Formats: sequence, structure tokens, C-alpha cells
Amino acid sequence: MKHQFDELRLDSVSRSFMNAEGQAVAALRGLALNIQRGEFIALLGPSGCGKSTALNCIAGLQPLTGGQIWLDDQRIDVLPPEKRGFGMVFQNYALFPHMSVLDNVGFGLKMRGIAKSEAARRAYEALQMVQLIGQEKKLPGQLSGGQQQRVAIARAIVIEPSLVLMDEPLSNLDTKLRIEMRAEIRRIHSQLGRATIYVTHDQDEALSMADRIVVMREGSVQQVASPKEIYERPGNLHVARFLGYRNVAQFTLEGMQGEGVAVSSDGVRLIGMPMAGFDSKRVSVAMRPEDLERAAPGAENAFDAEVLTVEYGGHDSLIRVKAAFGNLWARVTGDVAVGEPICLRVPPSRTLVYDGEAP
Amino acid sequence: MSSPTLPNAPLPAAVPRDAKAWLVSPALIFILALFVYPFVYGLVLSFQPMNGGSAFANYIAFFTDTAMWPTIIVTLKLAVPATIINVGLSVPVAFALRRNSPYQKFVTTLLVIPVTLGTVLIADGMLTYFGPNGWFSQAVHGLHLYSDEVRLTHNYWGVLISLIVSGFPFAFLLTLSYVTGIDPTLARAAATLGASPWEQFRQIYLPLLMPGLTMAACLSFVQAFSVFPSAVLLGAPAGPTRVISIAAAEAAFESYDYSLASAIAMVMGFVQLLVVAGMLSTRRFFYTGPVTGGKG
Repeated sequence: MKHQFDELRLDSVSRSFMNAEGQAVAALRGLALNIQRGEFIALLGPSGCGKSTALNCIAGLQPLTGGQIWLDDQRIDVLPPEKRGFGMVFQNYALFPHMSVLDNVGFGLKMRGIAKSEAARRAYEALQMVQLIGQEKKLPGQLSGGQQQRVAIARAIVIEPSLVLMDEPLSNLDTKLRIEMRAEIRRIHSQLGRATIYVTHDQDEALSMADRIVVMREGSVQQVASPKEIYERPGNLHVARFLGYRNVAQFTLEGMQGEGVAVSSDGVRLIGMPMAGFDSKRVSVAMRPEDLERAAPGAENAFDAEVLTVEYGGHDSLIRVKAAFGNLWARVTGDVAVGEPICLRVPPSRTLVYDGEAP
Repeated sequence: MSSPTLPNAPLPAAVPRDAKAWLVSPALIFILALFVYPFVYGLVLSFQPMNGGSAFANYIAFFTDTAMWPTIIVTLKLAVPATIINVGLSVPVAFALRRNSPYQKFVTTLLVIPVTLGTVLIADGMLTYFGPNGWFSQAVHGLHLYSDEVRLTHNYWGVLISLIVSGFPFAFLLTLSYVTGIDPTLARAAATLGASPWEQFRQIYLPLLMPGLTMAACLSFVQAFSVFPSAVLLGAPAGPTRVISIAAAEAAFESYDYSLASAIAMVMGFVQLLVVAGMLSTRRFFYTGPVTGGKG
């Protein structure tokens, strides 16, 4: 198998399986994606969206039921996993419990018939890269979760794979370690200069690490774009919701206003950004709780509301408010009490207007 | 300023002994009465020869009589191959059925049947099925696979087959539980690292299975070594399948020499202990920790 490729091409990759009632259930519907050498791709979506299935299909651990996978001009979906030469990091790490750290890392080299001394040298190098020197004699059971995670990464990268697949590798770590490991994984990725596909349900992880994010839902791709694009211009309401636009309200389209669009509902008039063409007067407005802020009455895009609940969060508070057009979540600083009237505003650039009613 | 005074409380009385420990006594009496006492009784009896003589007369008699000591060899010749075949066969079958599927349930159910039937019923069935005019021999002749007489009863092979029929399900069920306990992502991880299915088995499954397999082998061996009904019914109890339990039964119920029978039983137990200890001591060469690949 080649050590480098220019492009990995997923050509309408599909996978369905039989459920207990004998019906075919599609886990992955026509995934089409081109990945360039050196790219860091995040597959983002809620659990059950097909992102892990996609990863397993690429690794060869699950057969496709439709479509093809190409590595430059070589078709690889017909190859067994051991012939594909991709490195994979599993969610539970899947370290071999009966082998030392060094043997775990050297396993892929041993399978490739590389001489013992050479294999040991390269395994040491990989352990150096993940900063685990001094632990090579231990068994995986003697390591902490973070260390096991590093061993899993070292084991996957030591074979110099053309593509590294990571299946929610940080989900079993605590918050502090998770944030440290993000930078670490990103550093290793840059150092190797190979492609990485990273599966996660954590939008922060995807936004902070990936060059491009593939947002998935119910087995289909919703949007493929850069983190900035995904965050600022979610392709549809599903993507917006998943990226933290928790407030979605129904409005009526009034008309265009410069670059923006004017909408109204129950006496509240807002200016927002059109996210698509409009087929009807019924539109949905999406706002992030973080983008709502306290305002003076009468300011642009301001509206009155009443505080329903307060969740104190230290730096700020997450509040639930009742506005004329519906209930909203907002994150505000300063003191706030239940039952209080509050005037909030949302910047027009952070007010996303989608065609149609919210699903 | 007055220093705080400690209340002048009396020291707590000595804690009464925890009476809950007495709850273990029924189980203890049960074990003593049904296992320890008969064993000690037999051990003492074996040193009191019926016809007088030294305390070791029974043991000397056993190891000098050519109708006695070779029974150890005969029994080992049956028990060792039966153990190897049962455990050896159970590994690939359990491996093939390691994923939860309708097949696994079907085969498991099918194999539980011989365990419940008991050796006598199996022996009776085998006598007709494998007998000179049984279906098996007729099928072999009908298909022209073998023209001579097919003799699989009243000899060594009959007993060995019956040990496999009754012992394999037992070994298989044990092995299956060990195989399904191994995290399947380990083999997948090995696959992504370039291990072929055979290497996945050899490098991952087999080392993790070894402690369980030695345990299964110990239990299978003990079961096979104490073979009695099928050695009498399906074998040639006067010759090639005169196993050690037959020698003990003859001493007890034909010569009425309970003392000698006890000595034979002690020898039998000692040989079993020796083999089991030998097998278990190999466990320290294997990894015996958890068989999952990390957190999660």
C-alpha cells in the first residue's frame, strides 16, 4: 500500500443493515467526499448519524452496501482492512492488554515483517512523538486514560499510514485532558503531513481541529465546509441547531433590507442574514444563546422579554426568557432574577433566517 | 481563660464478637460431612490393609500387580487424547460462533443436550448406532468408504468417542464464554494494523484465551479421567479399556477389599492432582489480566 496519496475519494458510499424486524435500515446514504493529502477532516453529528459507520467503511471494518472508495486511481473498498494501510484510533483505544506499550506500538511494524531492531527504533520514535518515553515496559492496564490514548495514537501513526482514522478518541477523557489532547493531535497531524479523518459529536472539537467539517444527520451529509463557514453560515436548520443555535422561532418575511432581510412576529421586528432563497413568507430565525446580549430599549434588533429561569454559571448565566414571539435561551452576564423584565438584542449578522418552518 | 474540659465519658466496652460468622456453620458442616470426612476416612482406610501387613501394603500391591498399575496408563491414554480433542475442537467452533447470532443459540442448545442426557444413555445409543450392524457401519459400507468390518464399540475407540460426545459440549460451552468475553475491537485494531485473520487469532485471541483454555482442559481432564460407565458399556473392561475406576470398583465390589479400593481411589486422585497442577502451573507463562482494550 502506498505511503502517500493525493486524493481519497468516497463515491456515494452507502451502508444499510437488517434490523431485528428484518427491515433494511440505512446507516449511511450516498456519502460523497474528496479528501486531499494533509487535510484534517472532522465528521460531526449526533450519535446515530452514521459518522462512525462512515469511518468503519473507510477502514474496511464494515462492508459497503453501495458506492466505491478510491485512493487516487486504486479502488480500495474491495480490500480487507489489513491491506488498506490506514491507521485507526478507536474510541475505547483497543490496546492489546497482554502486550507491553512498546509491543503494542510495534505491532503494526511486526505485521509488516520489519526487523526487530528497526521496529523498536521506530516504536520509540512514535512514543517520543506522543511524549510517552519511560512507559514502554508497562502493560496498558497500568496506564491512565490519557496515556492509553497516547499509546493508541502512537500505534496508529507508527506504521506511517497515508490516512489516520480517529473514532471519538477523546470522549473518554476528562475536560482538561481533552482540551490538551486536541492541540496534541493537531500537532501530530501537522508533523506527519498526512490526512486525518476525525469522528466527533463535539462541535468545539470539530471547530478547533478540522480544516473542513462534514456535518452529518441520519446517514446523510448536511454540509461540508470550513469551521468558520459552518459556524457562521450553517447550511440548514439542522446544522444550525447542532452547532449551538438553540433558539429557533417562526417569523414572517417582510422584505430585503440591504444585505439583510427584515422579519417580524408578534410586533417584534428583526433584521437578519438570509441563509437561502425564500419560497414563502414563513421563515425560521436561529440565534445562539451566546449572541443574545442586554440592550437599551429601542436599540436595533432589541426586544423585551421576561426571565423564566436562571442557571448560574459563574462567568455568566444561562437564562430562559419569554419573548413575544416565543421562549428563548440567552447567556448574559451580571445579576439577573426570575420574573424580571429584560431587554435583549441580537446583532443582525448573528441572526440567521432560513426559509420555511422549523422541522 | 478556662481550658475546655473533656467529658468524662467511660471508655466503650469491648466490642462483642461478631456473631454473624456462625452463619457459615451449616455450609461448613455440610462440607466436612460430605467431602472432608469421606476423604479422610478413605485415606485412613487405605493404610489399613484388609489382610494385615505394613501400612503401605495396599499401595505396594497396586504398584506391583500387573492387573493394577497399568490401569493408570490405560486411563491416561483415554483421558489425555479426549481432553486435547475436546478443547482443541472447541476453540475453532467457539471462535466461528463468537458473534451473537441465531447459529450460536442453535449450536449451544444442540450441545447442551448430550450434557443433560448422561453417559449411560449416550453409551446405549452409541452401542446401536456405532455397532457392527448400526447405521454408521451400514452407511460406511453403503458408501464404499471402508470394506472391512467397522468396529467402534467394545474397544478403545468406543470409549474415546463417548468421552468426546459427553465432554465436547462441556469444553465448548466453557470456551465459548471465554471467547465471547474478549473485546472484538481488539481484533479489528489488529486488522487495521495489518494483521491477517490468522494473525489476529494467533496474536490477539489465542494469548488472551490461554488461561481460560488451561482451565477448560483441567476440568475436561478430570471428567475424562474418572470415566466409568462408558468404559464398561462401550469398551473392553477386561482389557484395553480397563481404566483405574474399574480396578477400584472390582476391588470394592468383587473382592470386597474396601481398603485396597480406597488406596486405588487415592492413587487416582493423586494422578489427577498431579496433571491438574502441572497444567495450572503453565498459567503463569500467560497473561491473565483483563481482556478488554482500555476504557469504555
